[in-house]
Amino acid sequence: MPAMSPIIEVRDLKKNYGTVEAVKGISFSIEKGQTFGFLGPNGAGKSTTIKMLTTLLAPTAGTIRIDGSDPGKDPHAVRSTLGIVFQDPSLDDDLTARENMEMHGLLYGVPRSERRRRIAELLEFVDLADRRDDYVRKFSGGMKRRLEIARGLLHRPRIIFLDEPTLGLDPQTRNLMWAYLGKLKQDDGITIFFTTHYMDEADRNADTIAVIDHGSIIASGTPEDLKRSTHKHSLEDAFLELTGRDIRDESASGNERMRMIGRARGR
Amino acid sequence: MLRTVYVMWLREVKKFLRSPSRIVAALAQPLFYLLALGYGLGGVFKAAGQGSYVQFLVPGIVGMTIVFTSIFNGMQVIWDRQFGFMKETLVAPVPRSGIMLGRTLGGATVATLQGLVVLGLTLALGFQPHTWVLVPPAIGVMFLVAAVYSALGIIVASHLSDMQGFQFVVNFLVMPMFFLSGALFPLSESPFALRAVAAFDPLSYGVDGMRILLSNISHFGETADVTVLSVVAALLLGLGSYRFAAMEA
Repeated sequence: MPAMSPIIEVRDLKKNYGTVEAVKGISFSIEKGQTFGFLGPNGAGKSTTIKMLTTLLAPTAGTIRIDGSDPGKDPHAVRSTLGIVFQDPSLDDDLTARENMEMHGLLYGVPRSERRRRIAELLEFVDLADRRDDYVRKFSGGMKRRLEIARGLLHRPRIIFLDEPTLGLDPQTRNLMWAYLGKLKQDDGITIFFTTHYMDEADRNADTIAVIDHGSIIASGTPEDLKRSTHKHSLEDAFLELTGRDIRDESASGNERMRMIGRARGR
Repeated sequence: MLRTVYVMWLREVKKFLRSPSRIVAALAQPLFYLLALGYGLGGVFKAAGQGSYVQFLVPGIVGMTIVFTSIFNGMQVIWDRQFGFMKETLVAPVPRSGIMLGRTLGGATVATLQGLVVLGLTLALGFQPHTWVLVPPAIGVMFLVAAVYSALGIIVASHLSDMQGFQFVVNFLVMPMFFLSGALFPLSESPFALRAVAAFDPLSYGVDGMRILLSNISHFGETADVTVLSVVAALLLGLGSYRFAAMEA
C-alpha cells in the first residue's frame, strides 16, 4: 500500500498537572480512513490525550497535527474537521432531541435544508425519530448516547472521536453503530478514533491499536500484532498481559461529584 | 459569529419560557420588598418631604429583579461545565466572543422579561409611570443593566468550580451592590461616603437611569447613567470573551 500522509500525527506529547505527569511524551500517527483504537486502563491518560487532540486542553510539550493543523495555533480549523462523542454526556437536558441536533447543526454551519434532512436521517438511524420532540432529560443513558453519536456525525466530520461510545449500549445498537461507521468509512473515508474497555469491540473494529498505560504508549500495531507479540489468543488476554491485572481506581473528579449532587437534586 | 450569538441567545430564551414556575417564584422577593418597604415606610418617606416612596422604590425593585435574574442565569455556566454541555460549545468551530455575547444577550433578554413581569405587577399594585412615553426607553435601560449583570454573572461563574460558591457570590457581591446602589434610598440625601461608594456600583446608574424615565427622579442624570452602563457592559463582554478563549475543559 502506498504511504499516505497521516491525518493525525502526534509527537512527544506531554501533559503535566503540577508534578503529576498524566501523559509522558507519546507519539503515534493515524492514516486517513483508518479506525484507531486507543486502549488503556482507567486513569492511563486516554481522556487527557483526547482533550489535547480536540483543542480542549493545551499540551505541556510536544506537537499535534490534525489534518495538517495545530490545535494550539489554529483551533478553528481543527474544530471544524472533528466530530466528538465525549465520555461524559454533553447534551442539554432541557432541550428536545431535535433542538440539540439543530443547535449543533447551526454551530457547525450546516445549511438549513441539509440540516433538516441529516437530522431526520440520523435520528431515524439511532432509532430516536419518534422521540425527537421529547426533552432529553426524559431519555435513558443509552438513548442519550445514541443521540450524541447522531449529533457527532451531523456535520459530516472528517475525523470522529468516540470516547467509550458504546458504554451502556446494548449489542444491537453497538453493532448498528459500527455498521454505520463502517459505511461512512467506505463512502466518505472518515477516520475513526475511539476508546473502549470492550476488547472484543476493539479487536473487531480497529485497524490499528495503541495501548497506553501510566501516560506512556506501551504497545501498538494491528490487533493481530498485539496478540502475536504477547502470544495470546484474544485481545483481552493480550491487553491484560501488557497492562497487568491490578485494578485502577480513578479518583472521583469534581465533575463526577457535581453530577452526583445533580442527580440527587433530580436534574 | 451572528449564528453563534443567535444559537446561544435562543437557548437561554427557550429555557426561560419553558419554566413558568421559575418566573412566578422570582416574583416573591420583589413583591415582599414592595409591600413591606413601599407601603411600610411610605408614610415616613412622605413625612420627610420626599414624596411617594412607591414611585421612588419601584425602579429599584425592578433593578433588583434584573440583577438577581441575570446573575443567577450567568451561574448556569457552572451547570453547563459540570454537566458537559459546555464542551459541546467549546469544541465547535465558532468564535469564543460569539458564545460570550450570545449567552450575555440571552441572559439579558431573560432578565429584562422578568423585570417587565415585575414592573407589570407593580402597576397592578398602584405604581404610576411618570409618563408612558418614557416606558420604552426605560426598558432599554433595563436591558443595559441586564447585560452588565449577565456578563458579570458569567465571568464570576467561569471562576467557580461548583455551585457552592454561589451563595458566597450572592452575599458578597450581589447583596452589597443592591443595598449600596440607591435602589432603596435617595443617594442625594445620603452621607458623602455612601455616595462615593455608590458611584462605583454600576447598579446605582442602572436604578437612576430607570428612575429618571419612570418616576422623574434623578441623581446622576440620564446621559451619565447610559454612558456608564454601556462602557461597563462593553468591558465585561471583552473580559468574558477572553475568559472563554482561555477556558479548558
